[in-house]
Amino acid sequence: MSATLKPYLTAVRHTLTAAMCLEHFSSQVVEKYTKPEVEVRTSKELLLNPVVISRNANEKVLIESSVNSIRVSIMIKQADEIEKILCKKFMRFMMMRAENFIVLRRKPVDGYHISFLITNFHTEQMYKHKLVDFVIYFMEEIDKEISEMKLAVNARARICSEEFLKRF
Amino acid sequence: MAQTITFGDSVAPITCHAWNKDRSQIAFSPNNNEVHIYQKEGGDWKQTNNLVEHDLRVMGIDWAPNTNRIVTCSVDRNAYVWTQGEDGKWSTTLVLLRINRAATCVKWSPMENKFAVGSGARLISICYFEKENNWWVSKHIKKPIRSTVTSIDWHPNNILLVAGSADFKVRVFSAYIKDIEDQPGPNVWGSKLPLGQLLAEFPNSSSGGGWVHSVSFSADGNKVAWVGHDSSINVADATQGKAVIKLKTEYLPFLGCSWISNNSLIVAGHSCIPLLYCHDGDEIKFIAKLDNTQRKESGGLSAMKKFQSLDRQARIETSDTFLDSIHQNAISCISIYQGTKDSVKKFSTSGLDGQLVIWDFDSLERAIEGLRIV
Repeated sequence: MSATLKPYLTAVRHTLTAAMCLEHFSSQVVEKYTKPEVEVRTSKELLLNPVVISRNANEKVLIESSVNSIRVSIMIKQADEIEKILCKKFMRFMMMRAENFIVLRRKPVDGYHISFLITNFHTEQMYKHKLVDFVIYFMEEIDKEISEMKLAVNARARICSEEFLKRF
Repeated sequence: MAQTITFGDSVAPITCHAWNKDRSQIAFSPNNNEVHIYQKEGGDWKQTNNLVEHDLRVMGIDWAPNTNRIVTCSVDRNAYVWTQGEDGKWSTTLVLLRINRAATCVKWSPMENKFAVGSGARLISICYFEKENNWWVSKHIKKPIRSTVTSIDWHPNNILLVAGSADFKVRVFSAYIKDIEDQPGPNVWGSKLPLGQLLAEFPNSSSGGGWVHSVSFSADGNKVAWVGHDSSINVADATQGKAVIKLKTEYLPFLGCSWISNNSLIVAGHSCIPLLYCHDGDEIKFIAKLDNTQRKESGGLSAMKKFQSLDRQARIETSDTFLDSIHQNAISCISIYQGTKDSVKKFSTSGLDGQLVIWDFDSLERAIEGLRIV
């Protein structure tokens, strides 16, 4: 693990722990409804200041919090065209299955590649520290996953071209 | 040191709980529209009743000790007063709250002749019984509340009410109902006391400071304590010119606070441990952590693994599901179990982990060095 990743993840972990202090809060605008305030944005006083933590220009995390929900958006490192395509396809694959991931948002926030929406209903069902662990784990694994896929694509391309060029 | 109770097989969070007068029964809501009543039988807790009248999540329960009535309020905008019949069954009386948003908190007044309900409609309903119609009617305190009322507490004189709200402010109101009460005399908070009179208003901090999660009047009624989302503990003293003393702590935000003597208060919240603080002169001092539970060391944790996980995930261990505390999730409710507000002997906490813990100060004083409650 490189020298900058650890402080980056530590910063994200502490910010998430502090931001994920949620409680039940019914809508002040619509009767009998409970909505994630970070999404509906109807009452200004219920939103907290958003925090951006960036490791470099291509990797950053946006944490927006409110009284009953937080939204975590991650920008994933994409060094070249292949990584861009892989990231796009992979995120699409996951977001189409968002309900299986429970905390995943179906669409990322503008400017980011993937978003999580965690509400008080999630913190009531699951351990909060495990939710934080999950986000951190996801951030670690996603880079690894994409570089592994990139290697696999490259290896496959090499084999294909070798086979193709044998004919000449 | 602390006694942990879980009810049935349920692991659902306990939204709020309330005890009856002799502490043989408890009413709590398992995070849904029901209110369960459990009775102590020997060492066991048995469910005796299930109060189902609300449609949506119950947000507040309070049990009047002397008149043995329960009041509940819920997100479905209703409140009900429950009275127990001869056969042990509980029946409801309607409360006309006249609100159009969720009711968030409810408290009986010390005399038990009225109660206050805070709501998301940015108002407080003061409810009292009307004999002719056999229902509870309400009067509203509206101004100048600008957001959801999150918590309320009564002054021991049965007239004043303190309310904390999501607009970062704590306010002291008069809740005098002239239909059922005699004219109150002046007190340290003010002398003119028509219903809804604003006697004091404290911003949580000069630059906002976050939602107020819990408020508490001290036993003599001269001091108000509150906790906010900025992890602060605040005390305002009416005898000192309503000056506010603020202490910012390093813990996660607190959700509950309660005075346990005239100078000491306990707070608990997202950090999952109750803490004891003391108000002394012009400062609030930290006294002790009341929960010093150590996690059981899981065997066979090699140094290599430890460093690896520290490096990979920026934390010591990956398989630690359990926290270093009795409560495993945020504590949402504190109530007094034994004693009165000026000298609490035992108190209970409940939280999102579905546990109820009773804390005993006598044994805590023995277990924690230097712990003295003044």
